[in-house]
Amino acid sequence: MVIERIDEQLPGAILDRHAFRGDRTVVVDRSRLLEVVDFIFREGYQQLMDVTAVDGGQRDPRFDVVYHLLNLTSQERLRLKVRVADQESVPSLVSRFKSADWSEREVADMFGIPFEGHPDPRRLLMWEDYPGHPLRKDYPLDGGDAFCSQDIGASYAPDARSLNG
Amino acid sequence: MAGINLDDTVMTTRLDAVVNWARKNSLWPLPFGTACCAIEFMSMMASRYDFSRFGAEALRFSPRQSDMLLVLGTITNKQAPILRQVYAQMAEPKWVVSVGVCASSGGMYRTYATLQGIDRVVPVDVYVPGCPPRPESIIFGAMQLQKKIEKETLQGRREHIEQFYASMDRQEQLQLERGLTNHQVVREMVLAAGQNGEQKIW
Repeated sequence: MVIERIDEQLPGAILDRHAFRGDRTVVVDRSRLLEVVDFIFREGYQQLMDVTAVDGGQRDPRFDVVYHLLNLTSQERLRLKVRVADQESVPSLVSRFKSADWSEREVADMFGIPFEGHPDPRRLLMWEDYPGHPLRKDYPLDGGDAFCSQDIGASYAPDARSLNG
Repeated sequence: MAGINLDDTVMTTRLDAVVNWARKNSLWPLPFGTACCAIEFMSMMASRYDFSRFGAEALRFSPRQSDMLLVLGTITNKQAPILRQVYAQMAEPKWVVSVGVCASSGGMYRTYATLQGIDRVVPVDVYVPGCPPRPESIIFGAMQLQKKIEKETLQGRREHIEQFYASMDRQEQLQLERGLTNHQVVREMVLAAGQNGEQKIW
């Protein structure tokens, strides 16, 4: 299995692992992500299906950046997770997977996680200078934004920090 | 020789009435379709409902050749300045129909992403309710618009449109003064309008 081979070849790179109904997940050391990805690319996991993130809210470190990979030969899938704290950056995978370009931009846009070495680090979905990162747990649902909350009344999430103060 | 009897060969009327009669029967729609309402609109244009019956045969995808803007679907905040620009580019006179709850009030999407009613950024003449509205509803909306056009004065329509252009000038001026982006300017204008107890920026 690929996870055992990662353990053999790159000892210490895997911090944690679990499986749920056949979906295997490994948590990878942030500083060794590129090494691990290079290795499993050679093992046949040559398609990066998706990059996304999970905001754990109060958890420390706060975010998981999640990579879904597909082995095109064996049709096996593998999920990599990297734990990141607020303001910490993750190495960009664009040098290995071109499809990481927009996916990483989306994660950077919606969660505010910087990707180190990304060739084009602009926002993707929201416009330039948009206040905040909407998929963070502490982002008010209506954005606390003039477009939405002004003159309508209370926010959906009254306790949440409003970006307009 | 007897005088010429004009009898009923001449009809007197007002300019407003005759111009409006022409206008209401040759509306050229511009579909600004972003969601499910646009699918209902397609069915409205097709043979079963046949919107052509209302003189709106010529469907144009260029704002410069159309005078009835049909906003069909969810408009995001990111789209707001674009919608303003499309409306500004339309030939005059021009009318706006807001189709469906998303365009009219943000509908079920009270989120950071959705504009809570297009009437905040462009002047709307008729609102069509429904999610999505049936083709009959959109046709009814168009008929209501025809009734409205029938009744309006040329001067009134002109002033209505000028009010919007004044807001475009304000937008441009703000942009020049403060070096803001399109989105930032529209956002600032909505914010300022809200503080003045207004729900619209035009």
